[in-house]
Amino acid sequence: MAALLMLAKGFLSEGQGMDALEIARWQFGITTVYHFLMVPLTIGLGLVVAVMQTVWHRTGKEEYLRMTKFWGKLFLINFIMGVATGIVQEFQFGMAWSEYSRFVGDVFGAPLAMEALLAFFIESTFLGLWIFGWGRLPKRIHLATIWIVSVASILSAYFILVANSWMQHPVGTEMIDGRATMVDAWAVFTNNTALVTFPHTIFGGFAVAGGFLLGISWYHLHKRRSSGVDVVNASGNLIVGESVTLGRNRDKVDYKVWIKSLRIGAAIALVSFLGVAFSGHAQAQLMFEQQPMKMAAAEAACHDGTGFSILSIGNLRSEGATTCDDMVAVWELPGLLSFLAHNDFDTEIKGVNTLLPEYQEKYGTHLPDDPIYGERAGSEINYLPIMEVTYWGFRLMITLGGLSAVAAGVALWLTRKGTVPQSKWLSRLALFGMLAPFGANSAGWIFTEMGRQPFVVAPNPSFEGIDQVFMYTAAAVSPGVSGGEMLFSLITLTLVYAFLLVVEVVLLTRYIRGGIGSAMPELHDHPDDDSEDTDVLSFAY
Amino acid sequence: MDFLPTLWFILIAVLWGGYLFLEGFDLGVGMLMKTFAKNEKQRRVLLNTIGPVWDGNEVWLITAGAATFAAFPDWYASLFSALYIPLTLVLVALIFRAVAFEYRGKAHTDAVRNAWDWAISLGSFFAAFGVGAMLALSTTGLPLDANGDRVGGPFAWFNMYAVLGGIGVVAFCLVHALAFLGLKTDGDIRRRAAKLVARWLPVALLPLAAWAVAVVLLNLSVAALAPLALAVVALVFAFIQARKYNEGLVFLGMAVFLLAGVAAIFVAAFPNVLPSSIDAAYNLTVYNASSTPYTLKLMSIVAAFGLPLVLVYQGWTYWVFRKRISESHIPDARVVTSIV
Ligand code: HDD
Ligand code: HEM
Ligand code: HEM
Repeated sequence: MAALLMLAKGFLSEGQGMDALEIARWQFGITTVYHFLMVPLTIGLGLVVAVMQTVWHRTGKEEYLRMTKFWGKLFLINFIMGVATGIVQEFQFGMAWSEYSRFVGDVFGAPLAMEALLAFFIESTFLGLWIFGWGRLPKRIHLATIWIVSVASILSAYFILVANSWMQHPVGTEMIDGRATMVDAWAVFTNNTALVTFPHTIFGGFAVAGGFLLGISWYHLHKRRSSGVDVVNASGNLIVGESVTLGRNRDKVDYKVWIKSLRIGAAIALVSFLGVAFSGHAQAQLMFEQQPMKMAAAEAACHDGTGFSILSIGNLRSEGATTCDDMVAVWELPGLLSFLAHNDFDTEIKGVNTLLPEYQEKYGTHLPDDPIYGERAGSEINYLPIMEVTYWGFRLMITLGGLSAVAAGVALWLTRKGTVPQSKWLSRLALFGMLAPFGANSAGWIFTEMGRQPFVVAPNPSFEGIDQVFMYTAAAVSPGVSGGEMLFSLITLTLVYAFLLVVEVVLLTRYIRGGIGSAMPELHDHPDDDSEDTDVLSFAY
Repeated sequence: MDFLPTLWFILIAVLWGGYLFLEGFDLGVGMLMKTFAKNEKQRRVLLNTIGPVWDGNEVWLITAGAATFAAFPDWYASLFSALYIPLTLVLVALIFRAVAFEYRGKAHTDAVRNAWDWAISLGSFFAAFGVGAMLALSTTGLPLDANGDRVGGPFAWFNMYAVLGGIGVVAFCLVHALAFLGLKTDGDIRRRAAKLVARWLPVALLPLAAWAVAVVLLNLSVAALAPLALAVVALVFAFIQARKYNEGLVFLGMAVFLLAGVAAIFVAAFPNVLPSSIDAAYNLTVYNASSTPYTLKLMSIVAAFGLPLVLVYQGWTYWVFRKRISESHIPDARVVTSIV
C-alpha cells in the first residue's frame, strides 16, 4: 500500500517527458466539447418544451401535454449531464490555467460570476420547481417556471459567450501591472464579437433541437406504419389507427404528437439554418478584421485572394511550417470568400504568406525569455494554426448544418400527407441524421478555438491603443501543476465522461423507444388508483 | 479603496456559508442513502426531500468559485491549482452524485440501482470532505511561492488541517441532514433521525468547531471571539433542543452554529485570503489579491440586485415543497418498457 502510494506520488510529480501545456489543452478541449454536446440541446429543447406547454395551456389539447411530457423527459436526462460537466468547466480555469486566471480575472471573471449569480441559480431552482411542481403549483405559475428556465439558459449562454468573445477580441480593457484590467464594462458586454457569436450559438442550439425532434418523431411514425397501426390506403390517404393490445401507448393522440413534433422540428431546423448562416456571415466579417490569420487558416489560403475554397489540396500541416506554398486550391468559387468577409466580390483576403511576416513584425518571432513560458521560453512562435483542423472544421460545420437543413426540407415534403414513407432505410437515416447538428456545433467550436492559437487571448489589430492585451496559450497554464497531475485528471475525466456518455445514450435510447408511455406512466394507471396523498408528491424520484 | 475588497471578502464568506448550510443537508442526505435508509422506500423518501432543491443548492458552490475568480483572481488561481488532485476528485464526486440523482430511478435492475446509490453516497462524502479540506487549507495556509504557486509536489497541501476541515464538514453534513429529515419527513425516518441527532449532535459538530478555534488561535484574532462564542452557544442550544425533540429549534440552532462558525473562521483569517506557509510575505490578502475597484464596483451592483433575489426565490421553493414526506407517499416504482 505504502509502496503504491510512493509510486503514485512519483508518477504525479513527474514533470519532464510529460508536457503539462499539451495535456491541459487536450483536457480543456475534451471537456468543453463534451459539455457542448449537452448545451445546445438544453438551449434548444428548453424553449421548445416551454412553447409546447404554452400551447397545451392555451388549447387544452391532450397531444400538447404529451409532447411537453415526452420532450421534457429527454430534456431532463440531457440537462443533468450539462450540469455535471459544467462544474468541471468552472473549476478548470483555476486548476489548470492559473496564469491565465491571474492575467484575465479582472475582466473575465465578471461574466462568469454573473452567469452563476444571474443565470445558473435561476435555471436550477426553477427547473426543480418545474419537475416537482406538476399538479402542485397553479398551472400558470408552473408554466412560467419552464419559461424562466429556458430564458435563464439562454442568458447563461450570453454571459459565457461574452467571456469567450473577449478572448477572441479583447475590448474595454487596459494593461495595468501586466494584467488585463477592465475599464469599460459596457464595451465588454456589448463586444461586437459577442453580439454576433450569441445568435450564431443559439441558432446552432435550435438546429440541434430541430433535428432531435425530427429524427425521433420520424422513428415513431415509421414504427406505427411498419407495425400496421397507421395505414396508407390505395388512393394514398392516411388512415390513423389505434393499437389496442399496446394500450394507450399507440393511440390516435400519439399520432398527433409525432406528426406535429416532426413538422415543428423540421421547421425549426430550417429556420435555424438561416439563422446560423446570416449570423455566421456576420462573424466572418468580424473575423476578417479581428483575426485575419484565422480567416486565412479557415481557407487554407496561402496567397491573397477572393475565392472561397471548395477543395484545396496539399500539405495542410503547419507543424513547424513557416510558409505554405504547397497548398493549391483545386476548386474555388470566385468572389465568395470576399463576399463572406466583406460583402463585395473583389476585396482581397490576405493569405498566410502575407500575414506571417506581419504577425512576426508586430508580436515578435520568439517567445520572451520569461520563466512563465517554462521550457518554451525563447523558442520560435508559430503563428499558423493547424490548418487541417481549421480548414476542415470550418467546412464540416457548414456542410453538416447545410445537410441537416436540406434533410429537414425533404422531410417536410415527404410527410406532407401526414406520415412518413415506409422505408426502413429513411428511418435509420433520420435517426443518425440527428447527430449532424451536434457535429456542426463541435466542429464550429474546435475551429474557433484552435484557429485562435497560438494565442489564448487573441491580439486585436483593429482596436487602437490596446494592442498589447493578448496572451500566448503557452503562458496560460498553471506553473505549479506537474504534467503527471494533469495527466491524472485528463485520464480520470476522460474515462468518467466516456462512461457517462454510454449511460446517457442508453437511457435516452430507452426513453426514446419507450415513447410517450415512458414519460407518462400515468397513462397506464386506472383512474381509481389515485390515493389521497398525491398532492404531497406529484412527482417522485 | 479597501472597502470594496473587504466587502467582497464578506460576500464570498456569505456564499460559502450559504453553500454549507444549504448543500450541507443534501450532501448529508446523500451520505445517508446507504447507511441510514433501511429499504428502497426509505431511500426514495430521502431523495425526494432534496429532489427539487439540490441543484439550486449546488449553484452556491459554483457561485462561490466564480465570485472568487471575479473578485480575487489570485486567490482563485492559487487555491484551485494548488489543490489540483483533490479538486479533480471533488469534481468526479459531484459529477457522479448529480447524474445518479437523475438516473437511479431509471435503473432497470436492483444491482444498477444499488450502484447509483453508492455513487450518491460516496459522491456526497468525497464532495463534502474535499470542500471542507479546501476551505480549511485556504484559512490556514498552503506552501505557496512568491508567484502564488504551490511548491513541494502534488501532495504538499496534505496536513492535519485538511483532515480536520474534511471531517468537520462531513460530520456537520451528516447531523445537519438528520435534523433536516426531522423537519421534512414523517414516520420511522423522522423518529430515528431525531434520536440520532439527540445522541450525536455535539460529537458531530466538534471537528468543525475545532477548525474554527484553530483559525482563531493561529491568527490570535480577538474580533472572531464574538461569533465563536455565538457558535458555541448555538451548539449547546441545538443540543438541548435535540434532547427535547424540538425539531424546528434544533435546525435553527444548527443554522446559527454554522453561520457563526463560518463567520468566526473568516473574521479570524481576515485580511488573509490564502496564507503562504513558506513565507508570510507571500500571503494572499484581501488587499493584494483582489480585482480592481472598477470590477468590484460592477460586481457589487450585480450582487446587490442578484443575491437578494436568489434568497427570495429559493426561499419560495422551500415553501412550495414544505410538506413532510413519508413512505406512504412514495408511488410504486415504474419501469420504462419499450413499445417497439
Ligand atoms: C453557449 C452556451 C454555453 C457555453 C459556451 C458553456 N456553457 Fe456551461 N452551460 C450552459 C451553456 C453554456 C447551459 C445551457 O446553461 C447549461 C447546460 C445544461 C445546464 O444545466 O445549463 C450549462 C451548465 C453549466 C454549469 C452547471 C450549472 C448548474 O449547475 O445549473 C456550469 C458550472 C457551467 N455550465 C460552466 C461553464 C463554463 C465555465 C463554460 C466555459 C468554458 C461553459 N459552461 C460553456
Ligand atoms: C462550449 C463550447 C466550447 C468548445 C467546444 C471549446 C473548445 C475548445 C477547444 C477544442 C480548445 C482546445 C484548443 C487547442 O488546444 O488548440 C479550447 C481551448 C480553450 N478554450 Fe474553448 N471552447 C468552448 C468554449 C469556451 C469558452 C466559453 C471559453 C471561455 C469562457 C473557452 C476558453 C478556452 C480556453 C481558456 C482554452 C485553453 C487554451 C487553449 O488550449 O486554447 N472556451 N476550447
Ligand atoms: C452557412 C453556414 C455557416 C457559416 C457561414 C458559419 C460561420 C462561422 C464562423 C465564421 C465562425 C467563427 C467565428 C469566429 O471564430 O470568430 C463560426 C463558429 C461557430 N459555428 Fe458556424 N457557420 C455556419 C453554420 C453553422 C452551423 C450549421 C452550426 C451548428 C449547428 C454552427 C455552429 C458554430 C459554432 C458552435 C461556432 C463556434 C462558436 C462561435 O464562434 O460562434 N455554424 N461559424
